[in-house]
Amino acid sequence: MIESKDVMKIADLSRLTLTGEEVRLYSSQLNGILQYVEKLKELETGGTEPTSHVLDLRNVTREDRATASLPVEDVLRNAPDPKDGFYRVPRILE
Amino acid sequence: MSVRYETVIGLEVHAQLLTESKIFCGCSTKFGLPPNSQTCPVCTGMPGSLPVLNEKALLFTIKTGLAMNCGIAPFSRFARKNYFYPDLPKGYQISQYELPVCERGHVEINTGEGFLTRRIGITRIHLEEDAGKNIHEGAGPYSFVDLNRAGTPLMEIVSEPDLRSPKEASAYMRKLRAILRYIGVCDGNMEQGSLRCDANISIRPEGSTKLGTKVELKNMNSFKFVEKALEYEIKRQTSAVKNGEAIIQETRLWDTSTGKTHAMRSKEEAHDYRYFPEPDLVPFMPAREWVEEIKAGIPELPDARRVRFIAAHGLSEYDAEMLTSERALADWFEESVKLGAQPKAASNWIMGELMRLLNEDGISIEESPLAPAGLVELLKLMDSGTISGKIAKTVFDGMYRSKKSADQIIKEQGLVQISGADELGAVIDQIIAANPGETGRFRAGEEKLFGFFVGQAMKATRGKGNPAMINELLRKKLAGN
Ligand SMILES: [Zn+2]
Repeated sequence: MIESKDVMKIADLSRLTLTGEEVRLYSSQLNGILQYVEKLKELETGGTEPTSHVLDLRNVTREDRATASLPVEDVLRNAPDPKDGFYRVPRILE
Repeated sequence: MSVRYETVIGLEVHAQLLTESKIFCGCSTKFGLPPNSQTCPVCTGMPGSLPVLNEKALLFTIKTGLAMNCGIAPFSRFARKNYFYPDLPKGYQISQYELPVCERGHVEINTGEGFLTRRIGITRIHLEEDAGKNIHEGAGPYSFVDLNRAGTPLMEIVSEPDLRSPKEASAYMRKLRAILRYIGVCDGNMEQGSLRCDANISIRPEGSTKLGTKVELKNMNSFKFVEKALEYEIKRQTSAVKNGEAIIQETRLWDTSTGKTHAMRSKEEAHDYRYFPEPDLVPFMPAREWVEEIKAGIPELPDARRVRFIAAHGLSEYDAEMLTSERALADWFEESVKLGAQPKAASNWIMGELMRLLNEDGISIEESPLAPAGLVELLKLMDSGTISGKIAKTVFDGMYRSKKSADQIIKEQGLVQISGADELGAVIDQIIAANPGETGRFRAGEEKLFGFFVGQAMKATRGKGNPAMINELLRKKLAGN
């Protein structure tokens, strides 16, 4: 059962600011999702290997070869405040 | 009555792999290029882009695991480690969690007490991507982000809490570095950050088997700082415990300028990484034949080579340890022996004169202007008596600086040893004639004056006189014969 404090913790970890109204809304929506998962748990899975991937694929790799990168102008096109080829962000305090 | 405390240290070492391209995209891993010039949709985390694993990064990790006696997992996969930081474009780092590539290995370290070795356990080695770089200096109210390093393949080598002192911790680091360089998977440069180290350290009353509260130490970018930070932390924790204060589980940063560690400001939930299997990468099941092939490509490692150098070349433990610390240095030595050098003599010249000159120039053995053949030529000229040991140092220096042959330098500078009895005899006669006072006192029994006469003879021959010959002639002539 998801409570308001769980939603607020997840919001904090996700750097989201939620209103009290939104916390209530998402609590009920997330509980709906969990109920659905509870339903799935009723399935008999004792003989099934834990699966992390549904594709029947293994060992997909590429050769170690350097290829062209994007031009810096393109890389920074989505950056709100680029400067001298860098992403510029509010100062990070350590 | 005072309680003695024991230190418990475990290290997490991050090693950048020497691949040409990044771990999940084709961007170059070259260092020092303009900011963000080595990035693409994959390593900047653009929606819709997909990672594909660099096969060499996996190969290098397996190779490292084998070199450190680990088991190679028949099945491994990647996981997402979620956190927010400006140098992490996706909001998660692709790493490994419960199924790493390698597990349960060990390396042997020299304890510094005689030549006893101790086995240090390796818990796991996993593969992950590096983050970008944040620059704060001179940025005013801003920070600047460069993502060129984001996506560089990193290996994390986690040790068991087996280390008992700062000295052991640095010996372990040195051993890892040597192995990584021997197998060619990491350049081991701590200053440039291609080899990084975090430490977990706690103390407990001697004899206790329970672990104390551990503190994580970061930001130690040299062997010296690893030792200093750990030493400081032992003192801090010991005095806290003696004063009845509790040790707080926290991350502390080593500050080079103050020589202290200080607690990092961090939010409580900073370690809530919410790992889950990476859905964008399929699992890996390295074929047994492939692992065998990788194993066959591992060269003789430092420990085995040290033991062989002692057995085959009659070197001391110390000399063998030093010579095998770097693969290229050990190669240089073996090449000179193969060309006919007497092993002990070659070892002395390499660790004395050659290392001194290389250190002065701040270059590595790979960049040495002098080749093993040069040293062998010099040793032969000494053996044949053409030059004295003293002059040989001058010639060695000349060979290193000018890249000329020993022969050429000896001819140009007129350094051939003077061994002729007539020539040396004449020189000694002159010295005796010019120093009647000293001669009289020596003949009256003042034996220590002999050194004075040897010095005069060497000076007169500008160091080229054959020392054995000078001794013999001086004895004869001073005796009055
Ligand atoms: Zn890229």
